[in-house]
Amino acid sequence: MRKSLLALASGLLLAGSVSAASAADKLKVGFIYLGPIGDLGWTYQHDVGRQALVKELGDKIETTYLENVPEGPDAERAIEQLVRAGNKLIFTTSFGYMDPTLKVAKKYPNVHFEHATGYKRDKNMSTYSAKWYQGRYIQGLIAAKMSKSGVLGYIGSFPIPEVVSGINATILAAQTINPNIKVKIIWANTWFDPGKEADAAKALIDQGADVIMQHTDSPAAMQIASERGKLAFGQDSEMIKFGPKTQLTSILDTWGPYYIERVKAELAGTWKSEDTWGGLDSHMFAMAPYTNMPDDVKKMAEDAQAAITAGKLHPFKCPVIGQDGKEVECKGGANLADGQILGMNFYVKGIDDKLPGK
Amino acid sequence: MQLVLEKRAERSGTIALVSPLIAIGLTIVTMVILFAILGKNPLLALHAYFIAPLTDSYSLQEIAVKATPLVMIAIGLSLCYLANAWNIGAEGQFLIGAVAGSWIAVKTQGTDAGAWVLPAMLVLAAAAGALYALIPAICKVKFGASEILTSLMLVYVADLFLDYLVRGPWRDPHGFNFPTTAEFDPVATVPLLIEGGRLHLGSIIALLVVAAAAILLGRTIKGFEIRVVGAAPRAARFGGFNANQLIILTFAVSGALAGLAGIIEVAGPVGHLQPGISPGYGFTAIIVAFLGRLNPLGILIAGLFLALTFIGGEQAQIAMKIPLDVTKVFQGILLFYVLACDSLILYRFKLVFPNRQVASGTH
Repeated sequence: MRKSLLALASGLLLAGSVSAASAADKLKVGFIYLGPIGDLGWTYQHDVGRQALVKELGDKIETTYLENVPEGPDAERAIEQLVRAGNKLIFTTSFGYMDPTLKVAKKYPNVHFEHATGYKRDKNMSTYSAKWYQGRYIQGLIAAKMSKSGVLGYIGSFPIPEVVSGINATILAAQTINPNIKVKIIWANTWFDPGKEADAAKALIDQGADVIMQHTDSPAAMQIASERGKLAFGQDSEMIKFGPKTQLTSILDTWGPYYIERVKAELAGTWKSEDTWGGLDSHMFAMAPYTNMPDDVKKMAEDAQAAITAGKLHPFKCPVIGQDGKEVECKGGANLADGQILGMNFYVKGIDDKLPGK
Repeated sequence: MQLVLEKRAERSGTIALVSPLIAIGLTIVTMVILFAILGKNPLLALHAYFIAPLTDSYSLQEIAVKATPLVMIAIGLSLCYLANAWNIGAEGQFLIGAVAGSWIAVKTQGTDAGAWVLPAMLVLAAAAGALYALIPAICKVKFGASEILTSLMLVYVADLFLDYLVRGPWRDPHGFNFPTTAEFDPVATVPLLIEGGRLHLGSIIALLVVAAAAILLGRTIKGFEIRVVGAAPRAARFGGFNANQLIILTFAVSGALAGLAGIIEVAGPVGHLQPGISPGYGFTAIIVAFLGRLNPLGILIAGLFLALTFIGGEQAQIAMKIPLDVTKVFQGILLFYVLACDSLILYRFKLVFPNRQVASGTH
């Protein structure tokens, strides 16, 4: 009995290794996910990108992902596990994987790495991110038009440059419509915590906000705004089903085209380390349909989107006035330089709040 | 008719020893069924979980790295639990140790400080962990406050304190506002044991801790006191053992070990202080302590076994596309069976017929 079991086991293992061998000539592409995939949000959108990749190049590649990988010492091991399993191109899809990715990249110079939203690069480690502040600018325009109270509510995740630049872009846009627009900001200190996000939305509405914007992942704020008869913007994913009468639009992460492009480069042997920071023009993200607004507001939003895509409108057009009333040094010619936006660590004039840690 | 649990008059020593093995056996049987339902080949899946990680030095190193904090914390907790002192806050003591040790690393950054930095970090971390654990211990002894609640609540205090430091005063000035300190200098880093690997000095320290605990419990009067106070408090009082003193002592030792584990994790595999340095080691260690039956050697084995399920779970995800949730289900089932087997050693099921009880009651 025991012998036959062993024989069965080794037979099965053999079968496993044979199928692995036939897959060996396919390029193996690995993904590290921060959260569980779920039905919406940051990780879900990355997986949608991966699925688009499989659909496009499925006959030439094999993808593997590890989900729910914490941004601590476990990340380094998880990335290395993917390397050891033969993955030649690995996407690590959260900021917190920056140092672990770099460590593993130094150890395996023949494997290529792509890190989302970070700033450290190496010969075999690229970074990629999106200019979401462009979408925030459009949201700011819509919010200022739609708000009756003149108070916007903003749920921040962490006071990092990506989030701060989003807040600034929103306010700069809103000020072009209503110079006296006010914004209330609550830092949830989390990317995903429906309970906290709901509490933040309630507090913001209680403080007079009638348009809720968020840089967190769950649809909780959308649901609260919907219950209270206010308006809101989604984040990362389409959230209209959580607020059919509430969602104005949503910034949709669309990683698919980028993943396809990079894997094609890897297949062609032309992959090299790059710093990609794409906007509406390069389809790194998209805007969900403009809903629950009058036609003139919708038209304004669409025009702004077209102007940004065409490069005619820049949210951080100089002069940008800081919170202290001084003009921010304009390092990018007519607009703030990319580096200034990527490291943005100040509020613009008109935000009646203090940036945490300042 | 109803089913009740009845305490057994005596329990079998042999069964007590093989009970964890029965639990593991039952877990494997359950997992085989689960894999089959998921449409995965059960033998291949079990191979990915339990055999593959043991077959190369890389995975073995990773198992040791993962088990190191679990074993160190669990050893400390086992001393508490043996003495009937319920320290649930090892997670907080772990974080405070990490913070205290990191203080030296952050303050000496870029100053070319000597080789004293790392030893000083370890000592300070252990001291801070011990002091932090003394808060619930003293509240218990002086005011009768439940140490389960106070130690648990102090976890959140430690967590937020760490959060404040890395978002505020200790934030890496070149880190684009992200909540992390700068990478520690080499003198503030736990040395690696194998070039190119991740196995570090902390694993050796963990083994020394296991040995020390085995000697303490097996060969010293203090160890005997701890066991007697926990197992037979009345006898301990007659014997003149001071239970309160032991609560203080075991909490301090347990806090020191958790704090030490914290700084070793930060100065070792992580390399800098950041939020989320612990994926719940302080809580998982409670499982490890009980899985190891509060015995030092048992804890070592349990820690390595739990680490194996983490590493194996990842390999199963990669090799067979088995979702991470299955690994969590697996750990849950394991704990369930361990507790169930333990319960059945101490208790047995009995059918009770209420009618008869009533009848006998009227006599």
